[in-house]
Amino acid sequence: MIEAHGIVKRFGDFTALDGVSVDVPTGSLTALLGPSGSGKSTLLRVIAGLETPDEGKVVLEGEDVTRVAPQERGVGFVFQHYAAFKHMTVWENVAFGLKIRRRPRAEVKQRVSELLQLVQLARLGDRYPAQLSGGQRQRMGLARALAVDPKVLLLDEPFGALDARVRKELRLWLRRLHDETHTTTVIVTHDQEEAMEVADCVVVMNAGHIEQTAAPRELYDNPANEFVMSFVGPVNRLGDTFIRPHDVELLLEPNGSTQEAMVQRLVHLGFEVRVELVRDDGETLSAQLTREQVEGLELQAGQIVYVRPMRQTIFAD
Amino acid sequence: MIGKYVVRFAALGYLTALLAAPLGYVFWRTFRHGLGPAWAAVTTPDAVHALKVTLILTAIAVPANTIFGILAALAIVRHRFPGAGIFNAVVDLPLALSPVVVGLALLILYGRGGWLGGHGVVFALPGMVLATIFVSLPFVVREVVPVLREIGTEQEQAAATLGASTVQTFTRVTWPAIRWATAYGVVLTTARALGEFGAVSVVSGRLAGKTESLTLYVQDRYQSFDEVGAYASAVVLALIAVTTLLLMTMLKPKEETR
Repeated sequence: MIEAHGIVKRFGDFTALDGVSVDVPTGSLTALLGPSGSGKSTLLRVIAGLETPDEGKVVLEGEDVTRVAPQERGVGFVFQHYAAFKHMTVWENVAFGLKIRRRPRAEVKQRVSELLQLVQLARLGDRYPAQLSGGQRQRMGLARALAVDPKVLLLDEPFGALDARVRKELRLWLRRLHDETHTTTVIVTHDQEEAMEVADCVVVMNAGHIEQTAAPRELYDNPANEFVMSFVGPVNRLGDTFIRPHDVELLLEPNGSTQEAMVQRLVHLGFEVRVELVRDDGETLSAQLTREQVEGLELQAGQIVYVRPMRQTIFAD
Repeated sequence: MIGKYVVRFAALGYLTALLAAPLGYVFWRTFRHGLGPAWAAVTTPDAVHALKVTLILTAIAVPANTIFGILAALAIVRHRFPGAGIFNAVVDLPLALSPVVVGLALLILYGRGGWLGGHGVVFALPGMVLATIFVSLPFVVREVVPVLREIGTEQEQAAATLGASTVQTFTRVTWPAIRWATAYGVVLTTARALGEFGAVSVVSGRLAGKTESLTLYVQDRYQSFDEVGAYASAVVLALIAVTTLLLMTMLKPKEETR
């Protein structure tokens, strides 16, 4: 269990964290999700001990570690830009924590080969980080952090520097790894899809505080406010109401509860088609349809259609 | 293609005219009458003593400035402290200041009637050591600072989360990264310490066989119309410098040049 209570962290005049409290249950995988500058990385670094909070406390597995050095916290930390030890081989990188702990040579050897196997780098042990791809480097970073059997694993935008395809692969792989090891894990990301896909629980952060903490589905279906709603997925805003593009139905005939709109553009995204519309009052919105639906309606740019929201959300102030 | 050769020719020509030719001439003048006279000239008691003085100055200044240089570079890059900007600028002062001014300053400070005067600093080895340290101070700092900036702090933070103490982080992570920058700084420091003339000349009093370093000895011989003595000692200086450079080039592993 990771508990952060009322964490305040300021950098000069800038308040990065403004009294943030969060609980991460043992064995879970929690995502800290938010735009840049929301304080998510700072919170992770406070948990790791790489930043000292101005106020508040951090409790790891029941022990108050607020004033404990990062060396003594038993955390594994994975950095966005890998932080690979450039002058060491992959094997030496992974063995680093074990050698610092003066573990017997045979144990180090066995543990490192196990981990290299786990992260699929068994054949690349004698390479240097510069000879690896970004994805391989980050898998090495993960093995290095796991080597010391950390109580908690903290990942700071671990896939942020990788290209989209590798990012998706590693995301799935991380989830499978977590299902095997059950290490309490916190991952920081600005990518809502990544957070929803990988985590049991998502903490949405904005401007130094928490907007909502919920399971991915709950977050999507019942967002606490406008910020969460628009951050966890695409959204149309019409006056006070918010509608997800996949909740917009398009009809060819008006039926009383519909509004008239003109098709501006059709964007083909494979199975899905995004229909960009403009209403006669000038407001724009988009609808997400399947290809079959678009073909059934024989939609064309310039065509007049009738919009019916199937589900809409209004937030009370 | 032709442009490339023109550039190469110009660069080589420049080097030849300004460096290789005078140096070659010194060698030629030294060994014109064979090895015998040259050897005799550098083994006179005064010459041997001057060499010893130069080696002592270098042996003190180089380690002192290496340790100071690494600490100063760490302070400049890793820590924010009041006056850091001024400190960073002051490190470069020895490069900007004429060595003669440095010598004069030491003379005024430690000489008779100076603030810290009367302790056998001036016209003796301690003054020469101070002068040498001062003029060769910036080189290690200037080589190490950009490398520290480039490697950033993430590797050190990673080491900390893996349990490494500050000392372990330095020896296992930071030092291997700045090792070759330090070595290059050491070579430059050594070269500067060996070749220092102006500052040492002012504070030493130039007592032959006592406070004469090899550079001073070269000038002394030249002014006494002892041509072979002057040239042969110059060759000794040049050989020490070249050896230092070669040693570093040889020790540097191939992976670093990749």
